[in-house]
Amino acid sequence: MSAGTVRRTDLRYRIALNLRAVVGRSYPRIIGANREPSWIFFEGLLPLLGIAAYVFIYQSFGARALEAAAGDPAAQAAIKANTNALVASVVLGGTMVAFWLNVLWSMASQLYWEKEIGNLQLYMMAPMNRMALLGGMAVGGMFMTSVRAVSTLVAGIVVFGVVFQVADPLMLLAVFFVALTALYGLGMMFASLYLLWGREAWNLSALMEEPIFFSSGFYFPVGGLFRVPGWGPVVAILGSFVPATFGLDALRQLTLSRTAFGGQLWIFDVKTELYILVFMAVLFLILARYSLRYLELLAKREGKLTSRHQ
Amino acid sequence: MNTFWRTFKVAAWLGWEMDSNWTEPWLFIVYSVVKPVAGAFILVLMYTVFAIIGSRQDPAAFSYMYVGNSFFIFVGSVLFGTFQVIQSDREWYQTIRYVYMAPISYYVYIVGRAVSKIGVAAFAVAITLVFGVYFLGVQVHMTLAAVPLFLAATALGLAVLLAIGICLGGVSFLTAKHTHGLAEGIPGIFYVFCGVLFPLSVLPDWGVAVGRAIPLTYWFDLTRRLLSPTLGVETTLSGYSDLAILALLLVSSVAFFGLSLLIFKTGEYFARKAGKIDMTTSY
Repeated sequence: MSAGTVRRTDLRYRIALNLRAVVGRSYPRIIGANREPSWIFFEGLLPLLGIAAYVFIYQSFGARALEAAAGDPAAQAAIKANTNALVASVVLGGTMVAFWLNVLWSMASQLYWEKEIGNLQLYMMAPMNRMALLGGMAVGGMFMTSVRAVSTLVAGIVVFGVVFQVADPLMLLAVFFVALTALYGLGMMFASLYLLWGREAWNLSALMEEPIFFSSGFYFPVGGLFRVPGWGPVVAILGSFVPATFGLDALRQLTLSRTAFGGQLWIFDVKTELYILVFMAVLFLILARYSLRYLELLAKREGKLTSRHQ
Repeated sequence: MNTFWRTFKVAAWLGWEMDSNWTEPWLFIVYSVVKPVAGAFILVLMYTVFAIIGSRQDPAAFSYMYVGNSFFIFVGSVLFGTFQVIQSDREWYQTIRYVYMAPISYYVYIVGRAVSKIGVAAFAVAITLVFGVYFLGVQVHMTLAAVPLFLAATALGLAVLLAIGICLGGVSFLTAKHTHGLAEGIPGIFYVFCGVLFPLSVLPDWGVAVGRAIPLTYWFDLTRRLLSPTLGVETTLSGYSDLAILALLLVSSVAFFGLSLLIFKTGEYFARKAGKIDMTTSY
């Protein structure tokens, strides 16, 4: 065996190589963001306005309900508590929207985008594992998106006066990071699927915005869907294949308490949702690995790996 | 003039092909309808959840929100349809240098490219409204006499939107690949301040002042007055007659057209000077 072959099969060398690939691919997202300060305005601050609109809807409903309940202090107190909980739901949903959009546009569509601009063949020729490449994209994407997510949270607390009651911060962190891992695992799986597709990929990502915001309950507790007779539960069950559904439901329970909304709008308890999220994270990462390997082979065989603008 | 018309026609055809020929026509129709209808359903569920936990129905507020949201489809589509032309030609297809060098008006080319999005948006607005009226009990009672005013208001509203889109296009000559931030953020400004989903009175005083300074606020108000005259939701604009609002829209569309020319030409000038016309920012 030649010295070169021995070196390439050495585990330490391979781990170091793949870690370097993770760092290398996340670098442009983390450093590139710093070099382009306008990005913070466009990607961090402007999108807050859309979330503010949803906040104002609940406040508008709340104001009209308060008017109707004039002279009944108990009813007014209940309306105020419910409105605050719904506004908080929107703020949490807004943070998750940031991550979902990043998964769609900077993970799922990224290999397709790299193909379009001619970088994909360079990645394919490089000696690292493709999962390291996707891992680097995910790490960089999470960092970039955190700016927007944090600004949404801060705006929710400072501007809209949202009150969060965190009783179990460790569980909150666990749910958050497991949900993110599952989400980005899903994004990695989509990334490989998108390799085969042409412009359908872009349109599929566009199609997974509003319908997923709706079916996963980004702006309302998803349990509300189960209260709609007929189609509601079907949509909610379909939506729960996206990890954000359980992630958001658990985060809302952990920050608003289980008694919010009279306790009638939650799907499962937090622990059950955490287990489901762990299962999803593992499943999506495994599926991503296999689908990437298979679809890379298929794309090479069909000659689509470097074909642009199709 | 002939060159302008030819540029417009070809750009509109190109825009339509780029938007629609990636799939079968039936799938394109489904795609065009699913997104806006799902967007409307987010609001339906927000209303439903509030009604469930508060045990209180408010059909007038719901209809107000639903009609406003239906017409907001135009805002997202027209704005995105205009300002993304520069970024997609520059960053994605990398054809901007060829189109830009051609002996045509690039401004007219962008307007032409946006036209197909207006057509698709009009279809989505109609489907969303019809669905709301027949399945969700949205209150729409437009009289026949109101149709000409409605058409005129819609045309002027779209003209203002196109002009705003071109202004953003002028800015995006100089910015990196911020299409998604712009696509979400700029419509977000109108979503919040133009009384689309809730009356302006919900906003703080400074927010009401901002809303009243944006012509689209008057467009949404007039559209809602004509489509749903019986809602009875106080919008803070009841002092303006329908014709006064129409005149205001006419003046605004002319003013915004001038502004769009100014910003577009300025952005173009600085982009040429900095060598940014065909830059790519692929991070």
